[in-house]
Amino acid sequence: MLTIDQATYDAIVAHAKRDHPDEACGIVAGPEGSDRPERHVAMVNAAGSPTFYEFDSTELLALYKEMWKRDEEAVVVYHSHTATEAYPSVTDIGLASEPHAHYVLVSTREHGNNEGPVEFRSYKIVDGVVTEEEVTVVPELTNS
Amino acid sequence: MAIEVRIPTILRTYTDGEKAVDGAGDTLRALIDDLEGNHPGIKDRLVEDKNGSIELRRFVNVYINDEDVRFIGSLDAQLSDGDQVVVLPAVAGGAR
Repeated sequence: MLTIDQATYDAIVAHAKRDHPDEACGIVAGPEGSDRPERHVAMVNAAGSPTFYEFDSTELLALYKEMWKRDEEAVVVYHSHTATEAYPSVTDIGLASEPHAHYVLVSTREHGNNEGPVEFRSYKIVDGVVTEEEVTVVPELTNS
Repeated sequence: MAIEVRIPTILRTYTDGEKAVDGAGDTLRALIDDLEGNHPGIKDRLVEDKNGSIELRRFVNVYINDEDVRFIGSLDAQLSDGDQVVVLPAVAGGAR
């Protein structure tokens, strides 16, 4: 199960809507092993494409170095699909490289840049196997 | 001659869970061969055979002292003692 706070959820959705029709991408970092998505980092889609996303390689390194410095890991890795459902594509599955992460997909196909609900779904992707999981949005992450 | 190589989570199955290992070599190509000697199987995850020539896999990023090796000679990038090498899988995907 993915437990995420409302503000982070809203920030991801806003990012996806803003970048539509291109795919938006980013992560939510959290303390290593905590499973707490605490720090949202919106990334630039270096592919600038409606059907593909990729973090810029230099920005990717900077992101990971910052996480290592803070003893964090990528708790959530998200991107949007802008014309199809919020389900991992063959490409997504083949390139998923964080077995501990929650892979969040947001689909903006219905309302694009405009107000309105989006599909927001989360998956574990391990060794090519996709398992959908429940998403619980809470007002704030509680201290555990 | 030791070069520290930072290993991403997905490849730690080859390094007994170690986040970083030491390797040796005066080019990235030589370093990867050296790593393969101690961590069999890792090479195939980093490089691929493209029409008879060995190349870095498209969705694997390798950095030497924070420089993406694609800008400094790829597998022929030069290494020297004390260099820091980071391996990071690309974060990529998409609907297509």
